Amino acid sequence: MAQRTTIVVQSGDMDKLYSALIIANGSLAMGMEASLYFTFWGLERLRKGGLDKGPLSRMHMLGLGKWMVRQRMRRARVAELERLITDYRALGGRIIACDMTMEIMGIRKEDLREEWIDAYGAVGSYLQDARESQVTLFI
Amino acid sequence: MAQIDVDVRGETCPVPLVEMRKAVLSASKGDTIRVRGSHPASMQEIPMAVEALGITLVAVEGAETDWTITIER
Repeated sequence: MAQRTTIVVQSGDMDKLYSALIIANGSLAMGMEASLYFTFWGLERLRKGGLDKGPLSRMHMLGLGKWMVRQRMRRARVAELERLITDYRALGGRIIACDMTMEIMGIRKEDLREEWIDAYGAVGSYLQDARESQVTLFI
Repeated sequence: MAQIDVDVRGETCPVPLVEMRKAVLSASKGDTIRVRGSHPASMQEIPMAVEALGITLVAVEGAETDWTITIER
């Protein structure tokens, strides 16, 4: 049975989203399965046009910090978030949107990039995945 | 027995790993995949992933900033 990585993406911060996607893609590259559960601020990033809107988790400096980090990423030829999500799904990675978050924060399916979302779930779905996973992370 | 060439020069983590994985998925048993890249970390990471995938690492050549890794499915 293949190994699995399950990550809760609760943070909407740009750098944290990068970490989640890099770990998720790395897992798939090594032949593992991967699931990403987007909750709260993380789910905001799955809104149409929302993927790149996350602030830096530290040193955001009203956007200046984020701009500087993005400059450095561009110079280092780091892939854009959009590409990381597309690659993730192309390799079979799953994305699950949290039902409860959608209700609390008034997010409707039509507000999200539905083409990226495999399922809408609650805590039970997450636990079914997490209990079978060797790598579980809360980002 | 086909050969698949993957050029990820100029790409950084995790792209070389991802592109290698895509090539392996599209390959048939006995095919050779040659990955050429320039990202130092990937030169260590790809052999790790090859081992985890249970396929064969044929060769790792070149320098940290210009390497060629040959894999057999």
